[in-house]
Amino acid sequence: MKILIKKGRVIDPKSGLDEIMDVYVNGGIVEKLEKNIRERGDEAEVIDASSLIVAPGLIDVHVHLREPGFEWKESIKTGTAAAVKGGFTTVVCMANTDPVNDNKSVTEYIVKKAKHEGSCRVFPCGAITKGLKGEELAEIGEMYEAGIVAVSDDGKSVRNAGLLRRAMEYTKLFDIPVLAHCEDEDLSNGFVNESGSSVISGLDAVPSIAEEIIVKRDMALAEYVWSSLHLTHMSAKGSIDAIRQTKKGYRKITCDTCPHYFTLTDAATLAFDTNAKVNPPLRTREDVEAIKEGLKDGTIDIIATDHAPHELTSKDVEFNIAASGISGLETALGLSLTLVNEGVLDMAGLLRKFTENPATALKLPYGELSLGGPADITIFDPDAEWTVDKTGFVSKGKNTPFHGWKLRGKNRVTIVDGKILYRDKGL
Amino acid sequence: MNWTKKDLLGIRELSKEEILLVIDTAASFKDISRREVKKVPTLRGKTVITLFYEPSTRTRTSFEIAAKRLSADTINISSSTSSYVKGETLKDTARNLESMRPDVTVVRHNMPGAPHMLSKILDSSIVNGGDGAHEHPTQALLDLYTMREKKGRIDGLKVVIIGDIAHSRVARSNIFTLSHFDTEIVCAGPPTMMPPYLEDLGVKVEYDINKAVRNADVIMMLRIQKERGGISFIPSTREYSTYYGLKAEHVKKAKKDVIIMHPGPMNRGIEITDEVADGPYSVILDQVENGVAVRMAILYLLIGGEV
Repeated sequence: MKILIKKGRVIDPKSGLDEIMDVYVNGGIVEKLEKNIRERGDEAEVIDASSLIVAPGLIDVHVHLREPGFEWKESIKTGTAAAVKGGFTTVVCMANTDPVNDNKSVTEYIVKKAKHEGSCRVFPCGAITKGLKGEELAEIGEMYEAGIVAVSDDGKSVRNAGLLRRAMEYTKLFDIPVLAHCEDEDLSNGFVNESGSSVISGLDAVPSIAEEIIVKRDMALAEYVWSSLHLTHMSAKGSIDAIRQTKKGYRKITCDTCPHYFTLTDAATLAFDTNAKVNPPLRTREDVEAIKEGLKDGTIDIIATDHAPHELTSKDVEFNIAASGISGLETALGLSLTLVNEGVLDMAGLLRKFTENPATALKLPYGELSLGGPADITIFDPDAEWTVDKTGFVSKGKNTPFHGWKLRGKNRVTIVDGKILYRDKGL
Repeated sequence: MNWTKKDLLGIRELSKEEILLVIDTAASFKDISRREVKKVPTLRGKTVITLFYEPSTRTRTSFEIAAKRLSADTINISSSTSSYVKGETLKDTARNLESMRPDVTVVRHNMPGAPHMLSKILDSSIVNGGDGAHEHPTQALLDLYTMREKKGRIDGLKVVIIGDIAHSRVARSNIFTLSHFDTEIVCAGPPTMMPPYLEDLGVKVEYDINKAVRNADVIMMLRIQKERGGISFIPSTREYSTYYGLKAEHVKKAKKDVIIMHPGPMNRGIEITDEVADGPYSVILDQVENGVAVRMAILYLLIGGEV
């Protein structure tokens, strides 16, 4: 398939390119990247990208595709369809499936299924410990051979620091990071952030130090054994402050946050809206500002979605027993472009957190738009205004606290490996 | 003013005028319970369901008596007899009950927000009979009624709430109620039972009850919410009673005409001594009597038509 993208504003954060150019894609490769590529009357599909931004395909280092085991919540097919709709060309899926992705047969299953049914590139994240139980190491080497790009017991922290140390040492053999969910179990018997909101709602609450303490522990461990650590879904000011400080002396640490952590506060839980129930919980205005500051000064490298689709029933119950999580792939770009509109980041700076930085952190050969490079491309309209409608989600998970929100910025075309895998009706 | 709300979910949703409307209406109903024939036809033909997922003696009985004195039909459902144990969701249970056309459903649930969830999906009225550690609006209204009845005013009162504030819906609803008035609210208890950010609600936090009770007009005692894990917040109930059990010596430090309140059930010998519970300052049984009047008022305002 040949594609000619005309007159778009081509931004490649890695090379610093930011110009109106044409892009010619042939056979999965960016074959030409120059001004005024002439249509040669060949069979190339022409996309008029004037007033649109042409960027490297977005990468999401934290999604839950729910397959195998929870196909009623999401599948590799529907989850990756949601990804390309949202502008993502690569996703990293977490290991809390059933069976858990803690051995190569599950990794192989996911990789194979994604190849056949997936719309975008899928890289599994393997479990750190068998069954996510925090007791013994999973066979990380075999999973690595099968295609994992990181290990994580996402959903909880590895409680035993000695065991986590072993995992951090062992992963050095494969040069993959430990991706850490940071939550002190003993401090986190609750469902919302401990704050002025929880004191009103009476909901059992988790203090932000439950995250901060494990962030500090995990960074200390990583530095001690000189291992790569990626801290995921950061939500608290204390965590960001600690990461900023540690990064000054130790460079093998990266972290991500999610759109809901710089968009919503825990006030959203006052009406007991279970769509605002997420782990870690939504925090205070002060935390939101700290997250934005961290994005701005580079403390936070990456924006991920923590796409956590759930069926209606698991959210349509009392707050305490409702499932945690937000279906985030289809709103991430629109919500994140607010950061550009607010002046927190410039466009290249925002895109870097979706492309170059996640690719670097997980050592993926994507995240850039360069001559001769892979044709993973996202074309979006930064000014298009649209209203979030969960009923129109292609993800099976309609669980979003953003239903009805007006957003500015919408994905138009997603090209994965040189093929158009999503095209917005509005184009 | 008229009552316009479909439900009574919490005090926090109410204006000062609405709060006063409830207790003024309650005052006009109190007399009914003291008549020889304790029944008026006001809610004849109406149906009130009490749907209780937590144990209750006082509140459920109080609602039932309130409804019956207004001639409504009442049906009581408690968790052991509902489909909850068979795995039916709260939402489905409520929808099924609504199909039988009740006018009011009083819900008590161990999880905050359960009545709020139901109010969104049901057309009939919901009354929050206590939701987890969140709110217990009718308790706070009957407490306010009792304070006004005994003190003749609310403004200017110093109200001290002592005990497991963190897990207490009674404390929260009382704080929300009293905040509408010119009151001094002090919460006292062990630091583990004082939730962080409590001061945000406009209350003073005190750990030493000897200091807290000084010049108090109202002392409200709370029990330890064992069912919400309250017991793990203190070393032992014995030690708790040493520091936080209300004794005669504390009462002496309060105003001479102090009233002692307790929403019940009391744990005698733990948060309150027999001497105080049964003493001359105690209005605990008045609270229970007033509870019926306040609940009659709520049912009347919700489904009784124009005031």
